[in-house]
Amino acid sequence: MSNQDNEFGLNRHLLNQLSDLGSCGLFLPKILMRIRPSFKQLGQIMRQLYFVGTRSMIIILTSGFFIGLVIALQGYNTLKQFGASESLGAVVALSLFRELGPVLTALLFTGRAGTSIAAEIGLMKATEQLDALELMAIDPIERVVLPRFIAAIIAVPLLTAMFNLLAVTGAYLFAVDWVGLDAGLFWGRMISAVDLGPDYLSGFYKSIVFGVVIALVSVFQGYNAEPTGRGVAVATTQTVIVSSILILILDFILTALLI
Amino acid sequence: MRSRHTVELTAGLFMLLGLAALLFLALEATDVGNYSAGKSYKIKARFTNIGDLKSRAPVAMAGVTIGAVKSINLDPVTYEAEVVMNIDAKYGALPTDTAAGIYTKGILGDKYIELEPGGSPDMLQDGDMLFITNSAVILEKLIGKYLFNSEDDKDQE
Repeated sequence: MSNQDNEFGLNRHLLNQLSDLGSCGLFLPKILMRIRPSFKQLGQIMRQLYFVGTRSMIIILTSGFFIGLVIALQGYNTLKQFGASESLGAVVALSLFRELGPVLTALLFTGRAGTSIAAEIGLMKATEQLDALELMAIDPIERVVLPRFIAAIIAVPLLTAMFNLLAVTGAYLFAVDWVGLDAGLFWGRMISAVDLGPDYLSGFYKSIVFGVVIALVSVFQGYNAEPTGRGVAVATTQTVIVSSILILILDFILTALLI
Repeated sequence: MRSRHTVELTAGLFMLLGLAALLFLALEATDVGNYSAGKSYKIKARFTNIGDLKSRAPVAMAGVTIGAVKSINLDPVTYEAEVVMNIDAKYGALPTDTAAGIYTKGILGDKYIELEPGGSPDMLQDGDMLFITNSAVILEKLIGKYLFNSEDDKDQE
């Protein structure tokens, strides 16, 4: 019973996880307190937006296109059996806007950008760059953490929209050019099935929440990494695990609230 | 400093593209761009039963969609359903004795409202009420009627 030897008689791992969650939550106001409306900060955010946003575009757009193709292929084969293949546009758009777009983009973004944020900050800590900044009276949270945090929050909803657009394009190409569905029918069914509020905007809200989750988890893991090579590796792994689990749990809760 | 500017420029371009995708989908792939565009006027109709007619259901005349159901309420006095429809103004005014009926698209399709023009020289104004209406046909009621009628026949024999 080596891991139940503390005074609470609780599992030590559980307590560690809980206190991690607590300090992660406390990290958020620390970051938000340092937001200042200055051009310097805006420039730093834009630079980070290039690294987490622009450079994530290739993976997001390619995945989106093929996800669109495969949903259309699967949906068409199922709908065909009921003689309802003209509803393909509606099926594809609804499943994308409500679920697949926000969730898949968030998971891909965690793997592409969340990890790099955590590893970069963790490595800066391991090589004592954060301490050096502090010695020069530069606040490392304001200079290093904040721009990456804000950039990730901005990037996720925008990448989700691009993902959705490419996926709809992929589904459209499959439906119209490959199996020869009527283009007007595909688009028209989609338009009449998708409502702005409950379908499109609920997905948009989800993607904002996912952006905050990924941004917070990755900067927290990086900033609190053990300053060793192994610590950086653990922080990167933890970023993926914690973000992915939180995204999927929050997805269920948000869907229940928004539906 | 050139590379620094390129970085910020591409980041700006990324934001622009993202916002464009967001707006394009909101306007082109949802129903928002279709009903808000153009002028429209309202007409009302009362039905004893609307079946499962929903708001935003199409309103058609001669099969052409000319508007959409805006709202459905229950009249607290007559206990009838009051349906408000938005008619696209580009299709012009309709005669006052226009009849409204609720029908189904296909066998299992959605309910929609079909308008049949009358011959009156007077035209409907914004907010006017249609008086000739034809309620939705509920399949269970029809089957129920048929079953009870055939049982009555047996009793008489």
